[in-house]
Amino acid sequence: MSLYFTKEHEWVRVEGDTATVGISDHAQEQLGDIVFAEVPETGKRLSKGQEAAVVESVKAASDVYSPVSGEVVDGNSKVADDPSIVNSDPEGEGWFFKLKLNNPGELDGLMDEAAYREWVKTL
Amino acid sequence: MNRETHNGPTDDTQARGTPYSGDPEGGAGAEPQPLDKLPLDAWHRQRGARMVPFAGYEMPVQYEGIIAEHLWTRENAGLFDVSHMGQLLIHGHGVDIALEKLMPGDFQSAQDMKPKYSLLLDEDGGIIDDLMATRRGEDFYVVVNGATKHGDIADMERRLPGDIVVDYMKEQALLALQGPRAAEVLETIIPGVADLGFMEAGPYHWNGRNLWISRSGYTGEDGFEISVPASAAAQLADAITAHELVKPIGLGARDSLRLEAGLPLYGHDLDHKTTPVMAGLTFAINKRRRAEGGFAGAMRIMAELQNGPIEKRVGFDVDGRQPVREGTLVLDGEGNEVGRITSGGFSPSLQRPVAMGYVAAPLAEVGTALKLEQRGKLFDAKVAAMPFVPHRYHRKGA
Repeated sequence: MSLYFTKEHEWVRVEGDTATVGISDHAQEQLGDIVFAEVPETGKRLSKGQEAAVVESVKAASDVYSPVSGEVVDGNSKVADDPSIVNSDPEGEGWFFKLKLNNPGELDGLMDEAAYREWVKTL
Repeated sequence: MNRETHNGPTDDTQARGTPYSGDPEGGAGAEPQPLDKLPLDAWHRQRGARMVPFAGYEMPVQYEGIIAEHLWTRENAGLFDVSHMGQLLIHGHGVDIALEKLMPGDFQSAQDMKPKYSLLLDEDGGIIDDLMATRRGEDFYVVVNGATKHGDIADMERRLPGDIVVDYMKEQALLALQGPRAAEVLETIIPGVADLGFMEAGPYHWNGRNLWISRSGYTGEDGFEISVPASAAAQLADAITAHELVKPIGLGARDSLRLEAGLPLYGHDLDHKTTPVMAGLTFAINKRRRAEGGFAGAMRIMAELQNGPIEKRVGFDVDGRQPVREGTLVLDGEGNEVGRITSGGFSPSLQRPVAMGYVAAPLAEVGTALKLEQRGKLFDAKVAAMPFVPHRYHRKGA
């Protein structure tokens, strides 16, 4: 299992050829109280960098981009039903969708966890 | 992830998308401007506030979280620092008559220490700012919006006669204590304030300092606005928040509270393109002023009073859970653009999205079904009565 992050504050957890995607703890903290989440439907094909999900707090609306390309195999209906999970457990239960990876080579361009946590401190 | 919208009590910089720090794209096109510090800047930071640029200041947008702060204010009492707002003292011979040329308020018959909501108008009747004006003897104490205060002062100095003086009381801070428990809390610190009724004001003393307190606010709740010398503001804020019923509340909750209360925010729901009649603020124009006119834009405003405005400010109940934000288009059943959303968000008290905006007058009736279009997505909505959450002002004799 490997964990990667993007500069747009998404995380990707890879197990075999499946990637789980969510937003980082830093991102949920910056957004504040999350009141709406929309996740992609199973079967949707996403390319790297494509808008994949929506997350809205009281104050702000954001798109969640797919950090890698692939086919959606699951959207997290729990965050759609109770978006506050994204605040309480952003890097665990608050995941947005799972992808079947098209091109695992795309992961090479992402930050590993240590690099991301260090980078966030500089923001 | 990319932040697309940052709505609410924001200045122009934020409306264009002030990022959380580090976003390389964020704030693109915004002029970086030096920000002023509030008298309570350190006080906010010590309490864990997240500071954001607003109205030229670094201001606390939230402490523990907008929803928690919002609900706390509706149930207990919240302390807001609104020191960014402009406190003015306008004086000189015939000041009441002079102010009546720029605003539709009845200042000649304004009673001492009774704040009046009014509007600074341009010559076409467009709104330059909304404000509270209180006669204090021969003077008027006027509180204007923070983002507009310097423009307001310049505008008034240009348009008022030369012997009318506009003093900017920049040595004063302004605190607001709002919520159903506000009166019992403040009475323990400043005895006598609970005797004020809604929209009454007076001078008080605390710790050897002079305060000016009015029973007013912008949350829909009972509460007070306290003008205090900046040098004593932190001490007073400490004394108030020492009470277990009080928490400090940020700008984020101030915005969601006023939206639920149906109160318009200047720069969003009111601007140069709107008139008091379009905005549904005709209560601020009394019988004498309607009959006599004589204020900026009177010709247009009196015609609108008689014939109705072209469009009106209304509330919207929005289907589903997703908030619609400022800038969303309002469409009729055939897809024609018939209005726009000027404030929108998630109501913490109602746990659903609410919005306000302008629609063509024939479609402004409560219950009218309309569509809203935000980023290519259509939402069903109905024109709704405001306030969304009932006001609970402390009206004497009520």
